[in-house]
Amino acid sequence: MKPPVIMPELTLDWDLCTKVLTGFIQSEVRRPGFPRVIVGISGGVDSSLAVTLAAAAMGPENVWGVSMPYKSSSPESVSHARLIADRLGIHFLEIHITPQIDAYFAAYPDADHIRRGNKMARERMTVLYDHSARLGALVLGTSNKTELLLGYGTLYGDMASALNPIGDLYKTQVRGLAAHLDVPPEIIGKAPSADLWAGQTDEGELGFTYEAVDRLLYYMVDRRYELPALIELGFDAAFVQKVFRRVQSSQYKRRPPIIAKVSARTIDRDFRYPRDWGL
Amino acid sequence: MEQFTLGIAQIAPALGNLDTNLALHDKILREAEGQGVDLLLFPELSLTGYFLKDLVPSVALTARDPRLDLFKQASRKMAIVVGLVEESSDRRFFNAAAHFEDGKLRHLHRKLYLPTYGLFDEHRYFAQGESLRAFDTRLGRMALTICEDLWHPATAYLAALDGAQIILCISASPGRGLRPDGTFANAAAWEHLNRAYAQLFTCFLCYCNRVGYEDGACFWGGSEVIAPTGDVLLKGPQLEEAFLHVGIDRREVRRERIANPLLRDERLDFTLRELKRITRDLERVRRVRGEETP
Repeated sequence: MKPPVIMPELTLDWDLCTKVLTGFIQSEVRRPGFPRVIVGISGGVDSSLAVTLAAAAMGPENVWGVSMPYKSSSPESVSHARLIADRLGIHFLEIHITPQIDAYFAAYPDADHIRRGNKMARERMTVLYDHSARLGALVLGTSNKTELLLGYGTLYGDMASALNPIGDLYKTQVRGLAAHLDVPPEIIGKAPSADLWAGQTDEGELGFTYEAVDRLLYYMVDRRYELPALIELGFDAAFVQKVFRRVQSSQYKRRPPIIAKVSARTIDRDFRYPRDWGL
Repeated sequence: MEQFTLGIAQIAPALGNLDTNLALHDKILREAEGQGVDLLLFPELSLTGYFLKDLVPSVALTARDPRLDLFKQASRKMAIVVGLVEESSDRRFFNAAAHFEDGKLRHLHRKLYLPTYGLFDEHRYFAQGESLRAFDTRLGRMALTICEDLWHPATAYLAALDGAQIILCISASPGRGLRPDGTFANAAAWEHLNRAYAQLFTCFLCYCNRVGYEDGACFWGGSEVIAPTGDVLLKGPQLEEAFLHVGIDRREVRRERIANPLLRDERLDFTLRELKRITRDLERVRRVRGEETP
């Protein structure tokens, strides 16, 4: 298994990064009075990294990893989820979502794979939040910066969480940090997939590689390069346009719902308190 | 006193909780007393936390608030600098730093430059300070600054020309731009600034930064004391709470000013003349363009 490729621009000090993220989990989980965290683990690198950071921050005895396969999920997804859970010594739950998904779509047999995939992602969310209440555990998010910027996630599904330790790391940085923290190479090296239908891969669906798009997003977002400057940098114009449109058209997914303003003080617009208010 | 002990409380204040923070300050004041500290620095907004947003008025204190008596009392044994939201009699709110000595509030500095860009939104909630004054203390002539103030070289320049031999800066700097070399980009920039000011103005530069997390942002710590030579006398840990102290020998200022008489050679008349000219030029340009002058 070859080591993950990380663009020089995106290389971080992994030790410091780990310290920042584990400190974030400790601080933001404990302050509201929650001693535990719960994470949906898919067997992929994002959730494997999130749960590794959680175990380091909270101790494995305070971390629950939940694998939630559907009947068409790849068997590798479950075996890799179990592998990372066993390695870390965290609690492991396997909860099948086939009965409720199939019961629902019995009424909509023509539903396409997008609808089915979104429904599964949201079903997993409700399972996680149910166990969050049962265990007194906060739900840790596993969306990375690349998918958040591209809108490549299900709103109120896999994008839902109480806090997200990896949302400011691009996918290739997730791989780099995962390798640094000894996440098994078979998890880091496999083709990223939402595993919502057979043969689905992120890069197949998106039409570009994470290496390419991460470097583009870094210049576009972090460095504020305008589109002509990105093309000057050597990026293909159509690629730049495509990615920019994706970022723009998915902005709504990254914001809370907008509220029609009527009163003198409207939530979020002129009623502004920190999330950590009173904690 | 030519020689004294400076203490730095690199703490993680609770956001929007004055009582918790007063108790934390009280605990550290006792620790500092035990260490023989003569001047103790707390970070920016140490009594309130930083990303307050609409909480600003809820945690504001007037300079006469009895909750500050804790510091007046403690300042009979050591000088203390704390960060607070100060409410003026005309109901403006300032990001302020208070210096207590000999049982009194000796000096109050209101933050001059309020960052309102990137992750910062200070000018939305705070009023701007109007002045910078060096002030005399038992430990020498000092100037008090708050975080962004020092990203404007005029602040350090004025402080030094006003006679400060010790520039104090209290800070709540969130770490950002994590790099491959084990630093944050902005932390590395701070370290450049602190060394440059200490050397250029041949003074001590004492920088107290906080740690902890607020709404996902981490404050990076790394408090430090730089001698007039540019040497680092004290360096706090990254991201971790710490109580630090170091001996300051003000004779270093004299030695360094003999070796590098930069302040002696400052040309205030020339600087002022050019500043006036530049101001006139800018006004003319703005008039021609039909822009308002600030």
